[in-house]
Amino acid sequence: MSNGKTNKSTINRRSALIGMGASVGAMAASGSFGFASAQSVAPIKIGFQKHATGIGAAYGRWYDTTTQAATKRINDMGGINGRPVELVIEDDGTDPKRGAEVVEKFATQHNCDVAFGTLFSHVVFGSAPRAGELKLPYFVVSEGHHVASGKLNRYTLQPGITDVKSQVQSMAPFVGDTLGKKVTMIYPDFAFGHDHRDFFSDAIEAQGGEVVAKIAIPPTETTFTRYFPSIPRETEVVYHVMVGPAVLTFVKELGEFFGPSRPEIFGFIDSLEAVDINSPGLEFLEGTYFWEGNPRHAQADQTSHDKAFRAAVGVDDRGASLADSKDVSTYAHMFGCWETLNIIKRGMEAADYQGPADRSRLIEAVEAMTDMPASDDHPQGPKRFNGKTHQTFGQQYISQVKDGKLVCVHTASIEDGLYEDEVDYTTQSF
Amino acid sequence: MEFGPHLMLASLEGAVIASILALTAMGLSIVFGVMRVVNVAHGEFFMLGAVIAWWVASHVGGHAAFGFLAALIIAPLFVGAMAAGVDRLILKRIEYDPDRTIVGTIGVLYIIQQTTLMTFGPDARPVEAPFNTRLALPWFEWGENGFAMFWPWGLSTTSYKLFVIVAAAVILLALWMLITRTKLGLIMRATQQDSETAQAFGVPVGRVYSWVFGLGAGLAAIGAVLVVPIQQAHYLMGHDPLLLSFIVVIIGGLGSLPGTVIAAFLIGMSDGIISVFFSPTLAKIFATLLVAMVLVFRPQGLMGRRAP
Repeated sequence: MSNGKTNKSTINRRSALIGMGASVGAMAASGSFGFASAQSVAPIKIGFQKHATGIGAAYGRWYDTTTQAATKRINDMGGINGRPVELVIEDDGTDPKRGAEVVEKFATQHNCDVAFGTLFSHVVFGSAPRAGELKLPYFVVSEGHHVASGKLNRYTLQPGITDVKSQVQSMAPFVGDTLGKKVTMIYPDFAFGHDHRDFFSDAIEAQGGEVVAKIAIPPTETTFTRYFPSIPRETEVVYHVMVGPAVLTFVKELGEFFGPSRPEIFGFIDSLEAVDINSPGLEFLEGTYFWEGNPRHAQADQTSHDKAFRAAVGVDDRGASLADSKDVSTYAHMFGCWETLNIIKRGMEAADYQGPADRSRLIEAVEAMTDMPASDDHPQGPKRFNGKTHQTFGQQYISQVKDGKLVCVHTASIEDGLYEDEVDYTTQSF
Repeated sequence: MEFGPHLMLASLEGAVIASILALTAMGLSIVFGVMRVVNVAHGEFFMLGAVIAWWVASHVGGHAAFGFLAALIIAPLFVGAMAAGVDRLILKRIEYDPDRTIVGTIGVLYIIQQTTLMTFGPDARPVEAPFNTRLALPWFEWGENGFAMFWPWGLSTTSYKLFVIVAAAVILLALWMLITRTKLGLIMRATQQDSETAQAFGVPVGRVYSWVFGLGAGLAAIGAVLVVPIQQAHYLMGHDPLLLSFIVVIIGGLGSLPGTVIAAFLIGMSDGIISVFFSPTLAKIFATLLVAMVLVFRPQGLMGRRAP
């Protein structure tokens, strides 16, 4: 019997060794491509950490489309410091562990100049420490408050999109004054959702309102009706924000739960990103309100910048792909990739960036930025970057669904979303 | 929400979960019962059913019901045929060896999942329900004015969810008839009891295995087609059904069909009720704890027979 066991383990060990040998060989082979490029003549390499698979896939696809379009525009205008920009795209599976590995690949294998483009906050949390260790500038497009909270490091910046704390602070007065004071919050149960929970609770209390119930839902959940009975009857406003592949189910079941007697509903468009607002079962959304980072449906007072942005990215006036009107974009978020790339370009030009040795000068150049007016570089609107907290602030939009169209009814100013600094990254050494 | 209506809503949600689970777990149970194969790829056959349902529904024009009906026929047939192919190509060649079939079906799991990712893509896609009317449900109470009926806030279901429960019951009944009342069922049961003797009596065991493996996968696919108008087709959706099916099959007794139905009902309802009143995480804890208890105190499962 012991003989049999020994035999078995020998085979296992041998096969395991063969497998390890094969994978080491494969790694070496793929590595050799990465090291082959010569730095001095090479284009500027931007590592794009893409949620190609996993729960962030819908965002990943549109972040990719936007990033490609922005890169093409930059190259058409002569690149950065006379050098073309090259994207290196790696899938992180919307997974924090994989995210850190991807950042490492960018730094050591692909020799990227910067890493960029992460959305999901748990992936940012997982990847940012590694970027800091590798001294790789890491430009996230995530909305999470983690950057400005001081929990990350000097190499991590969020210059292209406003964070959740600022967003909810600028929304709370509208919710409290127009919709109601007793709010039930429904949010995904991870860092991003917790930002909503904590900062909106504070913000609505400052308006004299209160959060009567907090309902956390795992982002991988597929059925939602069972969570809704926890919504107290006294609720005047349901505040919802959801992410993941099942968002359509979430909103549909919310409508089925309330039927004809719904309270006021205020949602973050995250709950319906990449989903057609006129999908069957969503009729109840008529008259409800949404936060939008950037209005999905072209408004009556559309700027020329928004028009140019839509054309470059390839989406129509309803935020859907020009090739397929059923393919709705993540319009409220993806502008962040476009704007961040333009900021990287301006930062590299200001720092006369030549190669990885100039990384710290690039960060100092971006830290020195402040007001950025609305332009083709910033189609979402003007921004104010805070170099100390590494966080940008921009306008926020509230839209109401009217005849199946998201119509902007309120624009919160940059000042509405400002808050006191919680960190000064510029005091940290490189 | 008050306790009574709340419980009713929880039970309704639980019944939908239980119905889908019963179909999916039944597929796993039949395959194990007859072939002694632990099919780790079962959840992927479920996922494939949903994805094909989306594909069929999006290619059939007209009313949503036509697409759904076509999907209900095509998806299980396609998935079943594919599973039969897997049986011929893989399981047969490794001689249904218990260890190797587990590894083999893990391989199939990844092949199906990644192929779906490469072709169908990572997005979740909806299938429109053939009919979906919100039904507000009444509640009865003995109040000041005597016996009264009222309509509690939020207490509702949809016509489609009720249809899922009925459809699952009908399919399970048909399956039971197939196994107990037909010659095909007799052959299956003979193979289950003693495949060598069955072969000696002229039962084509190899072909029966292929049919059974196809039937098991087809059942998972039917469950998926039924659920896809409520949820959405997504390439990672096979994970939870696989896990819950294993839990159900272990609790019910491997290979025991009545045990599987009872356990599916138990797990589905407890999942619905516990997650409404407490939290979905607690429901998962409860299910896993139940598995542990069954394994400790009744290893053969609720309805399973002890190995001779």
